[in-house]
Amino acid sequence: MTDIILFAPLVGALICGFGHRFIGEKAAMWTATGLLFLACALSWIVFLFGDYHHHAVSHAVLRWIESGTLSSEWGIRLDTLTAIMLIVVTSVSALVHLYSFGYMDHDPQWKEGESYKPRFFAYLSFFTFAMLMLVTSDNLLQMFFGWEGVGVASYLLIGFYYRKPSANAAAMKAFIVNRVGDFGFLLGIFATYMLVDSIRFDDIFAAAPALAEESFHFLSWEVPAVETIAVLLFIGAMGKSAQLFLHTWLPDAMEGPTPVSALIHAATMVTAGVFLVCRMSPVMEYAPGALMFVTVIGASTAFFAATIGLVQNDIKRVIAYSTCSQLGYMFAAAGVGVYQAAMFHLFTHAFFKAMLFLGAGSVIHAMHHEQDMRNYGGLRSKIPYTFWAMMLGTLAITGVGIPLTHIGFAGFLSKDAIIESAFAAHSGVGTYAFTLLVLAAAMTSFYSWRLMFLTFYGKPRGDAHTHEHAHESPMVMVVPLGILALGAIFAGMIWYEDFFGHHAKEFFGASVFMHPDNHVMHDAHEVSKLVKVSPFLAMLVGLALAYWFYIVNPSIPGRIAKTNHGLYQFLLNKWYFDELYDAVFVRPAKALGRFLWKRGDGSVIDGGINGLAMGVVPFFTRLVGRAQSGYIFHYAFAMILGVVVIVTWFAVSGGAQ
Amino acid sequence: MIAQDISVVLPELVLAIYAMAALMWGVFMGQDKQSDFILHLTAGLLILVGFWIGFSGEGTQTAFGESFVNDGFARFSKVMILWGSAVMLLLSREYLIRNHLMKFEFPVLVTLATLGMMMMVSAGDLMALYMGLELQSLSLYVVAAFRRDSLRSTEAGLKYFVLGALSSGLLLYGASLVYGYAGTTLFSGIASVVDAEGISLGLLFGLVFLCTGMAFKVSAAPFHMWTPDVYEGSPTPVTLFFATAPKVAAAGMFARVLFDGFGNAVADWQQILIFLSVLSMFLGSIAAIGQSNIKRLMAYSSIAHMGFALMGLAAGTEQGVQALLIYLAIYVTMNVGVFAFILNMEHDGRPVTDINALGMYSTSEPARALALAVLMFSLAGIPPLVGFFGKFYVLKAAVDAGLVWFAVAGVIASVIGAFYYLRIIYLMYFGTASDVLNGRMPLLHYTMLMASALIMVVGIVNLLGIEGLAAQAAATLVN
Repeated sequence: MTDIILFAPLVGALICGFGHRFIGEKAAMWTATGLLFLACALSWIVFLFGDYHHHAVSHAVLRWIESGTLSSEWGIRLDTLTAIMLIVVTSVSALVHLYSFGYMDHDPQWKEGESYKPRFFAYLSFFTFAMLMLVTSDNLLQMFFGWEGVGVASYLLIGFYYRKPSANAAAMKAFIVNRVGDFGFLLGIFATYMLVDSIRFDDIFAAAPALAEESFHFLSWEVPAVETIAVLLFIGAMGKSAQLFLHTWLPDAMEGPTPVSALIHAATMVTAGVFLVCRMSPVMEYAPGALMFVTVIGASTAFFAATIGLVQNDIKRVIAYSTCSQLGYMFAAAGVGVYQAAMFHLFTHAFFKAMLFLGAGSVIHAMHHEQDMRNYGGLRSKIPYTFWAMMLGTLAITGVGIPLTHIGFAGFLSKDAIIESAFAAHSGVGTYAFTLLVLAAAMTSFYSWRLMFLTFYGKPRGDAHTHEHAHESPMVMVVPLGILALGAIFAGMIWYEDFFGHHAKEFFGASVFMHPDNHVMHDAHEVSKLVKVSPFLAMLVGLALAYWFYIVNPSIPGRIAKTNHGLYQFLLNKWYFDELYDAVFVRPAKALGRFLWKRGDGSVIDGGINGLAMGVVPFFTRLVGRAQSGYIFHYAFAMILGVVVIVTWFAVSGGAQ
Repeated sequence: MIAQDISVVLPELVLAIYAMAALMWGVFMGQDKQSDFILHLTAGLLILVGFWIGFSGEGTQTAFGESFVNDGFARFSKVMILWGSAVMLLLSREYLIRNHLMKFEFPVLVTLATLGMMMMVSAGDLMALYMGLELQSLSLYVVAAFRRDSLRSTEAGLKYFVLGALSSGLLLYGASLVYGYAGTTLFSGIASVVDAEGISLGLLFGLVFLCTGMAFKVSAAPFHMWTPDVYEGSPTPVTLFFATAPKVAAAGMFARVLFDGFGNAVADWQQILIFLSVLSMFLGSIAAIGQSNIKRLMAYSSIAHMGFALMGLAAGTEQGVQALLIYLAIYVTMNVGVFAFILNMEHDGRPVTDINALGMYSTSEPARALALAVLMFSLAGIPPLVGFFGKFYVLKAAVDAGLVWFAVAGVIASVIGAFYYLRIIYLMYFGTASDVLNGRMPLLHYTMLMASALIMVVGIVNLLGIEGLAAQAAATLVN
């Protein structure tokens, strides 16, 4: 069954991508979508009824690489982590496929009659295949293969509007920034292989306790092996999951079509990093230093991205920073050793964030590809379904629920689980994380409600003509929103016990390893009531402020921006990360590249070769041509000369003696 | 004894008798009316004898006091020679008829030349070698000048003859020096002298002169000067002949003398061969760039290719001889294809030799252009075509023999040489059309062109088994 889940999207991608000329556009798109719904249905069956909780079920599909002691099979490993990812990936992907029928119809980027939709669907399906490859792998190499596969798909989809220079630039940026992380990931794989002599998960996990005793010699330092591996793998995760310092590509990735943002840059690909950290939990648990690093980066990202989200005006960028921030939450949870909470948030976040993106897409669709929220306003009545979907999504992400119970929207349960875990860690970084995460929760609430209020409430702003023609999206777009809404409402309540409650141990089984000394998850249930209600209070503060700023007294934001001009610019320009990187990395790299291109390649290599080819060789050609005079005595002379040279040579040197 | 000797040389004997009989038949039966028949009969016979030799069993037999050797190496070379000659004869028919050259002496002369070549690769004695060499050369002088009414053809024949005589003189001088210092003309005797006493300066000089004489036959630089003029002046089928069978014979003879006679002085003759090889590769590649006449171009191409073939020989190892044989087999196959095309380069019934006439040939004759392009790529040695593997084997032999710089020089030369092959492809696909070729192509020629191109593509699977056969043949020579 897992084989079908894994390969159905690939088949769909191939048929859709290469076959659409033969079977027609519509048929190709429906084939891809149908196969994904099949994969989705099977995934749910596997998730609900599969027998994988006690131990991982894995089987090899084919032998892949055999070289010396390195042997890597192309295998499928099914355990709880995989099962969760399977439903997340296939569900969101199937719905996004369906949604794309409406969204990608009559795209203004293309002229009438140009064929672009099958390509889009093929990319989506290919992405899904690569992502499934990643989550089902049973060794690091196969995982890396999927990892790069989603990278390629992401590149192709961000740059899907290839006529827009900004889209191409964003695609390249995503690829290059990810390369930095991938380099760390690769080094991590190499280091693992060097020490464990295998890249299969089972072998690595079995060797993890022994690994904790070993150390590397690097230059004159001696570094603990397991910490190094954990940090290197996490650097890979940072790239893919857009964590602080490697986050710059994610907001730019919004240049891609909105369904892509929903699928890749919110629900699935960017969570691959979290998945990696959870998957490697048996190694991570022996690397307390690396886990501290994970926590700090995660919490800082959650805070930092939320601050930027406060002031962005592009509807998709707000959600992008929100994604970045929520990923930070997940890492913070994994960092304090509660991988279950990280997976829980990953799971719920996929639903409500995909829905927010698709909702935003619906708004953009309705507003004729206008993305600036300052030109929205009062859309509630124009697009009621979208409004309600977005409302539910906002309730979920801001964490609305009944405090001290387990009743609430999806985000309420999962986010609270993370914040409680951070507090329960009772360590320095735990407290740091707790503080930042609560602050971030307040900001999350503020920017999410700001988005809602600016978009759906108040008076229409911007182009009146656009507003007049605003219309509700077709059913193919609304239905996926409805399904995701169900997830956003109920996913948290239904699976709370499994992911984070009393059944967590049985539910996750062996897929997540917790060190015997790690009691954080248990302690998280015992924290004081004040801690438990703190995220809820933060949410209320954010909501109140947003209401006051954007409904009661809309002139306040402008005034605050004026009085705190420096701070506003700082946030609006995303902490000047892009400018900093531009100055430190991009410009020097470009200068070096230009030097090697113009001087190294152009002058030295081309010059040398051209000189040889157009100067020296023709000279000899002419010389030989002149010697070929046609006179027989010249020819005989050449022969005698040859004999003389050889004889002289031998007479002087005496042959080999 | 004599009966046993005769059974060893039986194929040669059959050809000799046939050649004389055919000559008589032609003379008595009304001259040229029979020539078409004799041509086909000869080609058929050559092919049959090729099969006969190819499947005649294994082992090494000698005849006439070891002056004639029939071993695996000789058989491999002879099959190539016989089939090469037969294919040439078949391809020449069209041309001979068109130019009123269909005379019955032509197939007879070719038979005699082939007989000489077979003697060359089977020689076990310097005198037998010289006999074969002269039989071959004298026949070739005549066929080069076969177009008596053409100034260029007669000039080619005469030049070849005069320079050939000079080279024969050098070779004979070397042979007499060797005889003087070794006291025998038998290769096995020379080998035992070298083995026992080491190579004396007199023998060394004898070897040098022998090598120069044989280098002339393989047209290795600096003894190549006759090649472009003779290739250009000779009738085109004769050019094809020069480029194939005699090259195999000369290279085979070269290997035979060096390994059978001077097998213990590898380090000495290696120096000569490296000199010849490097000079040939570079001269062939560089000089061809200036050529626009396709026959002259192919002449320089064959000089460069013989340079590569000699690289295998220069390695001085069994692996090197194997590489040499593989290289020759591939080289002959490619040349048959290319010349099958050149034979039909015509514009309004006039033969054309200027390569600019190939401009945009791909639009008028896409299939032929593609086949020629494949052959050109293969001649240039571009992977994955078979031509690449020929070069690969000789380069590998050189590297394994510890001559890395030699192999590097070969690679550089082949890069330079790639230019003029690629220029032909460039002209066919991107050039400008003027005086476009419009000659028709007989089915046989077309088949040869396509088959040759196809082999270049399909042969990469296992080189059609040539590798193993060449290895066996090389093993009998080097031991």
